[in-house]
Amino acid sequence: MNVMSDWIEIGRIEDIPRQGARVVATPAGNVAIFRTLNDEIFAVRDLCPHKGGPLSQGIVCGKRVACPLHNWVIDLASGDAAPPDEGRTACFPVKLENERLWLQLDRPE
Amino acid sequence: MKKQRLIVIGNGMAGIRTVEELLKIAPDAYDVTVFGAEPHCNYNRILLSPVLAGEKTLNDIILNDDDWYASNGITLHKGRKVVAIDRRRRLVRTEDGLEAGYDRLLLATGSMPFMLPVPGRDLPGVIGFRDIRDVELMLEASQKYRHAIVIGGGLLGLEAANGLKKRGMAVTVVHLLDTLMERQLDKPAADLLKRALEDSGLDFRMEAQTKAILGHDRVTGVRFKDGSETPADLVVMAVGIRPNVDLAKSAGIHCERGILVNDTLQTFDPRIYAVGECVQHRKQLFGLVAPLFEQAKVCANHLAEYGIARYEGSVTSTKLKVTGIDLFSAGEFQGGNGYEELLFQDPARGIYKKLVVESNRIKGAVLYGDTGDGAWYFQLMRDGTDISAFRENVLFGQAHLGDAGHGADNRAALMPDTAEVCGCNGVCKKTIVDAIVQKKLFTLDDVRTHTKASASCGSCTGLVEQILQSTLGSDYSVSPAKKPLCKCTDHTHEEVREAIRAENLKTIPEVMRFLDWKTVDGCHSCRPALNYYLLCQWPNEYRDDPQSRFINERAHANIQKDGTYSVVPRIWGGVTNPKELRAIADVAEKFEIPTVKITGGQRIDLLGVPKQQLPAVWAELGKHGLVSGHAYGKSLRTVKTCVGKEWCRFGTQDSTKMGIDLEKMTWGSWTPAKVKMAVSGCPRNCAEATIKDFGVVAVDSGWELHVGGNGGVKVRATDFLCKVDTEEEVKEYCGAYMQLYREEARYLERTAHWIERVGLAYVQERIVSNPESRRALYERFLESQKSAQIDPWAVLAKESERQHFEPLRKVG
Repeated sequence: MNVMSDWIEIGRIEDIPRQGARVVATPAGNVAIFRTLNDEIFAVRDLCPHKGGPLSQGIVCGKRVACPLHNWVIDLASGDAAPPDEGRTACFPVKLENERLWLQLDRPE
Repeated sequence: MKKQRLIVIGNGMAGIRTVEELLKIAPDAYDVTVFGAEPHCNYNRILLSPVLAGEKTLNDIILNDDDWYASNGITLHKGRKVVAIDRRRRLVRTEDGLEAGYDRLLLATGSMPFMLPVPGRDLPGVIGFRDIRDVELMLEASQKYRHAIVIGGGLLGLEAANGLKKRGMAVTVVHLLDTLMERQLDKPAADLLKRALEDSGLDFRMEAQTKAILGHDRVTGVRFKDGSETPADLVVMAVGIRPNVDLAKSAGIHCERGILVNDTLQTFDPRIYAVGECVQHRKQLFGLVAPLFEQAKVCANHLAEYGIARYEGSVTSTKLKVTGIDLFSAGEFQGGNGYEELLFQDPARGIYKKLVVESNRIKGAVLYGDTGDGAWYFQLMRDGTDISAFRENVLFGQAHLGDAGHGADNRAALMPDTAEVCGCNGVCKKTIVDAIVQKKLFTLDDVRTHTKASASCGSCTGLVEQILQSTLGSDYSVSPAKKPLCKCTDHTHEEVREAIRAENLKTIPEVMRFLDWKTVDGCHSCRPALNYYLLCQWPNEYRDDPQSRFINERAHANIQKDGTYSVVPRIWGGVTNPKELRAIADVAEKFEIPTVKITGGQRIDLLGVPKQQLPAVWAELGKHGLVSGHAYGKSLRTVKTCVGKEWCRFGTQDSTKMGIDLEKMTWGSWTPAKVKMAVSGCPRNCAEATIKDFGVVAVDSGWELHVGGNGGVKVRATDFLCKVDTEEEVKEYCGAYMQLYREEARYLERTAHWIERVGLAYVQERIVSNPESRRALYERFLESQKSAQIDPWAVLAKESERQHFEPLRKVG
């Protein structure tokens, strides 16, 4: 597991559409990498806390995504479902450095 | 920046609602201080009647407790009456000498019960019915005394009388006129009400004018104009309310009957706003809660310096909160004078319904005994729907309009607690009622957010509204008259479309900027709507925004519960051949597709395709001429056909060819919601054309055209549009109908709902009786199809596009 504690290069910001997402496939399931309108980047597990919908396929507004299955709205920074729904999906550290996106997988927040 | 200071005078429903609306949109704009004359937190004044009747406790009706004020940083002065406003120095002063300065002031001083100017009106035991104190006095009296008189047979008076009777008093209601609740009811309905209340034990003195209240230390009776007297230990005056304007007047703020406000709820002094029962707006005063809530929203918008909302008056409906009595009234219920009246009477069952109609539009309604359709009539009234198509059945209610769905059980009050209301989300009645009571919900939107009831398919919306109404005993409208597109804006669908057209707005950010969207880039409700409206308005010019589309339309496949997709190739008119079938079979085998299913629309569904595989599947299908069936879109889905006269011994026309022609003409078009069509070769209607959005039924002499059908959530048979002679006409009418729907329906509104809203007569006028209008629509449709008929699968199957379907990276 040592390897996993490192920052992994996952691609360039242009590879992800604005107000959209792409996934990083891992043995433990997909991690969704979001890019907001203002080019902020967030990484959350691609699994809605409600019924496991793929959040990466949802509509991105501000720093939130609406799950494509039943429209739960998930905050990308905290992973929390918008009230009154209750639930949380794991977030991962992600950063933009030297034009490259880096993801850390072993420390979900 | 230093926060501005907002002072609210009046700790009641209108004032606090305004603060709540303000906190929602500009939580940090003001330091808020609230002064309330009563020693209580904000409570639900309209529920005082159930408290008096012993059906609720005081605790049940508290809307905002002390914690709420504290946690929102609001300074609350309970039981402190403001007696002066110094507008020059911008401060207010309380009775006990406290002074506080403001930058903005909100007057929400409410109203006072009007006390008749008769001798004895100041005696102990003579009270109004306005606040918790009055209820306490009544409860006290009911324990010590026997006889009560309520002066005033209006809404409030009858509720007071009912409550006192339930507390064991002998109650006489005195009314000046011969009609109870004359501001809400006509004579026949009022007579039914009077009889029911008499049966329950109330006494009435009608057409009686109060001359004096008798007594020395306490009230002992009432004397009437005719000299007769009735004994009483308690007199409740409920003859009306007066806006509480004394404070405003003394500060030199312009008042007539109420405090004068403009459409932004601003008074004569631009720093001072006013909402609620104390205001006078466009010559109107207010006594029901719905208008107050609408005012609160507008006022908050201006306090937050958004400056875009306007209050233009309200349409309200009324319901009496007396258990066991069903009564509904709205609009111009009296009729007469140029109006027509539709009446239904069944005295044995105690049912009376009257609809007041002008030019086939409902202007008012009185319902007694059976109010199940109140919400529906109110909706038709506010939408201005032309009812000519179902006028003969309208009095029998929505359940009789040919829907075999959920219409029959629309009596919320009679449902047991365990009954499932929302079948999509498994929500039963008790869950909804509990949420309304415990979480203090007032609107349909609130209930949706908290319980999910009616949040999916929406078919139980009416039922949920009824539960809301029966739980709150609401005397306010069930949803705002003007329904914004979504929470990001105050503008309606129609206003947004008009702005796009008139202001030449060409992109989503342009629309949001021009219309002052409250969010940076909208939400999952408004973005797809805006994308559609722009696409529809600027067909060959607008660049589609895939990020503003629901995933199905972005991936051109239907997402399934496990995150895989389903693929449905177009099978024109439901006619296929061995070559196509072999291609589909080969694809299913090659990609190990788990389920192959025949759809209801005469096509084949390949289910369980992972996203990465979609382009390869499409490429393979494409080699054999198969294209996207748009089974995933708000778009033309499929045209179902029967075999028609080519094979069928009953067939009168070539329905199969007609269906294929229609599908070739309409495929690829984006619409507000999905559109399904069918063509049947004879009136036996094997293609089930009469439950489609557009249905064609061949007859010997030509083609019948049917519109607005729906076989889904709530079955709705089509309305008959017209009959035409030639195939060319079928296409022209179909294209014109599609375009009218595309241009005028709200996003996500199926044709069935659209037609129920605008009325069949309107659609007929635009398409049948006006050939010029029809041809223009048809031409616009064909024009927009030029850029729409591109197979999206062929585009996305290209190598250069495939990365959108692949993971960014694979790890481990």
